[in-house]
Amino acid sequence: MAEITTYNPDVLIEESGYDDHFHDHHHGDKYQSNFINHYVFSMDHKIIARQFLMTGIFWAIIGAGMSIIFRMQLGFPEESLTWIKPLLGKWIVVNEAGMGSLAPEFYYALVTMHGTILVFFVLTAGLSGTFSNLLIPLQLGARDMASPFLNMLSYWFFFLASVVMFYSLFLSTGPFSGGWTGYPPLSALPQASTGSGTGMTLWLVSLTLFVVSVLLGGINYVTTVLNLRTKGMTLWRMPLTIWAFFVTAILGILSFPVLASGFFMLIFDRGLGTSFFLSEIFIEGQALDRVGGSPILYQHLFWFLGHPEVYIIILPAMGLVSEVLSVHARKPIFGYKAMVLSILAIGFLSFIVWAHHMFMSGVNPFISNFFVIFTLIIAVPSAVKVFNWITTLWGGNLRLVTPMLFAIGFVSMFISGGLTGIFLGNSAIDIQMHDTYFVVAHFHIVMGIAAFFGMFSGVYHWFPKMFGRFMNETMGKIHFWVTLVGAYAIFWPMHYLGMAGVPRRYYSFDTFDAFRHFGDMNQFITIAAIIVFAAQLLFVINFFYSIFKGKEQKVKNPWGATTLEWTTPINAGHGNWPGKLPVVHRWAYDYGKDGKEFIPQIVPMEEGEVAGDH
Amino acid sequence: MSTAIIETSYKKRLNPKKFALWVSFGSIIMMFGSLTSAYIVKQASGNWLEFIMPNHFIISTISIILSSVFLHLSFNALRTHKKAMYQIGLVLAVILGFSFVAFQYYGWSALFSVGVDLKGNASGSFFYLITGLHALHVLAGIAALFVAVFHAFTLKFKPSTMRINRYELVVHYWHFVGILWIYLLGFLILCK
Repeated sequence: MAEITTYNPDVLIEESGYDDHFHDHHHGDKYQSNFINHYVFSMDHKIIARQFLMTGIFWAIIGAGMSIIFRMQLGFPEESLTWIKPLLGKWIVVNEAGMGSLAPEFYYALVTMHGTILVFFVLTAGLSGTFSNLLIPLQLGARDMASPFLNMLSYWFFFLASVVMFYSLFLSTGPFSGGWTGYPPLSALPQASTGSGTGMTLWLVSLTLFVVSVLLGGINYVTTVLNLRTKGMTLWRMPLTIWAFFVTAILGILSFPVLASGFFMLIFDRGLGTSFFLSEIFIEGQALDRVGGSPILYQHLFWFLGHPEVYIIILPAMGLVSEVLSVHARKPIFGYKAMVLSILAIGFLSFIVWAHHMFMSGVNPFISNFFVIFTLIIAVPSAVKVFNWITTLWGGNLRLVTPMLFAIGFVSMFISGGLTGIFLGNSAIDIQMHDTYFVVAHFHIVMGIAAFFGMFSGVYHWFPKMFGRFMNETMGKIHFWVTLVGAYAIFWPMHYLGMAGVPRRYYSFDTFDAFRHFGDMNQFITIAAIIVFAAQLLFVINFFYSIFKGKEQKVKNPWGATTLEWTTPINAGHGNWPGKLPVVHRWAYDYGKDGKEFIPQIVPMEEGEVAGDH
Repeated sequence: MSTAIIETSYKKRLNPKKFALWVSFGSIIMMFGSLTSAYIVKQASGNWLEFIMPNHFIISTISIILSSVFLHLSFNALRTHKKAMYQIGLVLAVILGFSFVAFQYYGWSALFSVGVDLKGNASGSFFYLITGLHALHVLAGIAALFVAVFHAFTLKFKPSTMRINRYELVVHYWHFVGILWIYLLGFLILCK
């Protein structure tokens, strides 16, 4: 039986902490002297994290709600949708018989916006924005980010991007409807479809603002990790969360500017008459006078961001899950160094696989081989991580609280979704699978659901750090089980649809003999989606209820974690630690070492003690 | 005790703001890197108009190099507490910076007048896009230089570490856009 020692962080920090004369300057108070600069234009990373999270939740409800509407169309094309008319207005077309159906243009707009919102606003800003902001300074022992001002700007650029995108939903011509990837010519010619006009212009404006937000945030994260670690916090003592955020930020800094280049060229094509991406196109019966461009060029630029982007989404989730698994299994993470090297390897490989999204676009098959090989190699570091998560669980004293359940759920989802990636990474199999529901199932499980599981795990785990209270466990467990079973119920059948060749993005399959008999399966998926959506609303209720009425956090370190964020006061003010900064003496995973249940990072090494990280 | 080792290893790290600036150079390099890669890919697919860059771009290049030299002299003067040189060098750097942008503009006009326009062949479109985007980065640098000028003539001349560090950020950015231009010029001359 491991001996349980309670550590008093206040005493430890006072005794051996590092005095940076923080309170001699009193700039901590200057930041938050009134309501506006405390809660609105705040430069405190903890407030900014919560702002990212709240905005992310707002977008998640909208984005998921959109999926329910288009799933209604796919599952119940014969049912009247007149009841959504108060919400969607003219986009529900009612015929003489009183039967309302979703306008096909708006179906495409919904699919496009669902993708854009979830990928960029929820899983990039809402996930990495929230937790990088919350945890990087706290877990590194820093007062705040390297530049709190740029950090604030990062949020407000995201906010502006959100406002522009939200506005575009209400345009009379609808938001952009050419797919979340924004391929030309649909995105390059304003006359190409209803959403290609103002909708697309606003889409470009919004995402350009978003790129600025990601870059400001990312530059700050990288600088903070490399420059503001407290005494003793060497790179190899950083928790895996920080490693994941760090590599995520580097990926963002290097890949989002490439997307910006593509956007600039697209803006030129749309507004200034250039032909970067346009060539020999007939539109409205007329030959366009623009020649010589290449739409494939845009695809290259887009996917040079687009592929690292999926790792920008999944790496933070991996980091959160590694931490949560270790804390609640009461065991050191298995293979810490292998985990770090895997993160680095995944980050590196993510830049040289982008064309696997383009196997069917006519790229040279010999070049495809190169991309197939590197895509399949990503399976190696991914498998190392999965192996290490499972071995971390093995023989641990598992505490099956909600964050732990979601972390284990993440591992399950990541395995299921990752395996289908090995199929899709082969250019030959992709001939059959490309643009089918198999792809939809693959990426939703591996980077949609899995990333959401990582995010939920993080929210339940660090909720006390954010709000000084706990989320309700019962609601949390219902949320977990419905989401786990429901998500598989939604996406598992889609693999079969995809193998049968059912194409994605189609409005209706009524006129296709080959796909018509999948009606029942589509109904099943839609019903599952509605149930899962309801479970997410339960999460939202739990979230806001718990902010005000949740079980209060009584002790500083309720989970018995080793990392520094739990040594700050409950509801810490700006500057995080009231007095000295904590000094780190060991790695972040000393659980069950030398007969002690856990040893926080701030506890000095004992005479003759061997460091736990090897 | 291991604490002693840790204490010594916790040395004063690089100024975080300077580091952040250097990280952002990485972003800018990726942006121009992707544009020049797209240029190469597009060029390889044919239908590519070849043209000779007007001499204005040589003058603008000389301007931006000289501007960097004067700015650096000014920066050294601030460090060695020489007020006159600090102010003169800075003002000359700003004037030469404007001269760079002006000659870029005249270069574009000259190019336009010989029939290389933005809308026509992709080689022209790329040329205007890349050089235009670079000019925007230079203008941002000029805006930062203006703040520096404002400080140079309104603040009391006390070269504190904070002030030198702040000036260094501007100087680094300015050198960076200068070097970026030399890369772009070389690229546009060699790959046409």
